[in-house]
Amino acid sequence: MSVSGSNSRALPWALVTPALAWTLLFFVLPFIAMGLSSLTAHEGGGFTLANYSQFFTDPSYWRAMVNSLEVTATVTVISILLAYPFAWILAEQVPERWQRLALMLAVLPFWTSYVVRSYSWLLVLAQNGVVNRALSGIGLIAEPLQLANTRFATVTGFVHFFVMLLTLTIFANLKQLSPSYRKAAADLGAGPVRTFLHVVLPLTLPGIMVGAFLTFVLCIGDYITPQILGGNNELVMPQLVMMQIGRRGDFPLASALSIILMAVVTIAYLACARWLKIERA
Amino acid sequence: MTVNAQNPLSNPLSALKSCLAAACAAAPLLLTAGGAQAADLNALIWCDHSDPALLQPFEEANNVKVNVKEFEGTGAGLAIVDQSQPGDWDVMVIDSIDVSRGVEKGLFEPLPEDKLPFADLFPEVKMDKSTVVDGKRYGITEKFGYNTIGFNKTKVDPVDMQSLASLTGDKYKGKIAIYDYYLPVIGMAALAIGKKTADLTEADLPALKTELLKMKANAKLVGEVTASQTALATGEVDILVGGGEWVTAGLAKENPALDFSIPKEGAVLWSQSLAMFKDSKNKDMALKFIQYILSPEGQARLATSSCYWGMPANSKAALTDEQKKILRFDEQPGFLARAQTYPAPNADLDKKMQDMWTEMLQAQ
Repeated sequence: MSVSGSNSRALPWALVTPALAWTLLFFVLPFIAMGLSSLTAHEGGGFTLANYSQFFTDPSYWRAMVNSLEVTATVTVISILLAYPFAWILAEQVPERWQRLALMLAVLPFWTSYVVRSYSWLLVLAQNGVVNRALSGIGLIAEPLQLANTRFATVTGFVHFFVMLLTLTIFANLKQLSPSYRKAAADLGAGPVRTFLHVVLPLTLPGIMVGAFLTFVLCIGDYITPQILGGNNELVMPQLVMMQIGRRGDFPLASALSIILMAVVTIAYLACARWLKIERA
Repeated sequence: MTVNAQNPLSNPLSALKSCLAAACAAAPLLLTAGGAQAADLNALIWCDHSDPALLQPFEEANNVKVNVKEFEGTGAGLAIVDQSQPGDWDVMVIDSIDVSRGVEKGLFEPLPEDKLPFADLFPEVKMDKSTVVDGKRYGITEKFGYNTIGFNKTKVDPVDMQSLASLTGDKYKGKIAIYDYYLPVIGMAALAIGKKTADLTEADLPALKTELLKMKANAKLVGEVTASQTALATGEVDILVGGGEWVTAGLAKENPALDFSIPKEGAVLWSQSLAMFKDSKNKDMALKFIQYILSPEGQARLATSSCYWGMPANSKAALTDEQKKILRFDEQPGFLARAQTYPAPNADLDKKMQDMWTEMLQAQ
């Protein structure tokens, strides 16, 4: 009895131990090290809060956070607006036998290297790139537009990637939705628009929120896309973090900035989790 | 007192941080352990040293494998060393002005001057002020060039490129890219306002900031090496502030219209050095490697590396006439006479300069 009881208690721990060890080794310990580093003076060592105060007192530093939040919010909203109809068409309008192929085509951008994809966008949006040539060719513009090396280019590169991610999460949610909900709404006299707004949309919110949160996290922490497409005409947080490391090797300040960035992501998570009531599980 | 301040054991926070950092570093080190053989040479390098055309002759001649790890920026390079075990690395490529930083950390071994071709080096690039500490030489310049004005001569008037004032005038507004490295471009801003790069102080920062903001207002982008090179090569911009032979020479065959000037105000001289680690387990081979890189053959290969071209520090480099023409080898005495050294600020001024650069990048 006692041996069996002990085994039954030990088994779950045995099963989760590898995951816990992995998290401890590759997340908790580095995170603590980063936290301690952020409280250390770059010159001479010793405890300091200067790395944090630098962020809150230097306008060019917190401007990086504002830029990050603006870019991330724009990308998330545009991606949702594009991905939802796309996922709906895939789930509702495309015959089931073609859905797999359509999904595969939808995720094709994931198959290319992130860096290559960003540089490709740079060529598309460049002064003599495809877009400017096309617009010039049909006589819409006399002078090339500055599309590359702008926030517009950064947002475009991000949206291209995250629309696919959101499409997948929303599509999965739509497919799980039982047709009986819509039939019941129709029986009760609701038209297609009312059914969508009051039944389908609320029931697919978890899919939207999961995708939106992933978009938020991946976008706000991304260095490559703004670095390649943004032309450094404004800095976002990951670029500011990298800048501290390059020549000066100021890991304490880079750590403090990273922790602040992580705090913002945590707030976003708590907001999403609360809204979706994930904690009820 | 200074020693104590830097001793992790004197500070519990630093001690805990060091232990955690070591623990975090342990896993990747375990994964990589055993990858290198005792006879291997382990080199921390910039991308120009990873060209097989440079490494292969040395490896074959000495029956050794050169394991390279690329890094960008002295801070990142020194961080790699911090996270490694003593003896993991044999040689390092480093900004000449930063050799003393490695010496302060106790990383480098003095180099035997009598076994290296110092007499053949261009005198102006020996950089004794940075590479010699307490009478001992810890670094030898292997390659140099200029942070100046790179341009497309079919798109701009080359006469305009003889003055830094062109960078802040209206004529080329929106046709300019700025190389994203604060020290050389701040050096160029200093030249533009008539200051010597070696004499910059905190009092000069307001005037430098004004100049940088004027440059930014004219610029389409501020890009790192690849981005700024691509912008100039594809015609996105016609001028690169901070560009030089390191941008234009490698592209000369594909795009002969790219050129660089040394304006009347001067240019900023960049130089990279090779240093040997004090804890190297393979010092003989490390010295052989440095000797090879500084030899006429090694210098020619390094100067024309597929990653980026630059002037060889050794004036006897075995370059072809065409390569010399592309690098404007024969004009070097005149260029060097007008070039000024990289700004070499102390830690405090360095931080202030980087913050000023951040402000410039964020300016709309």
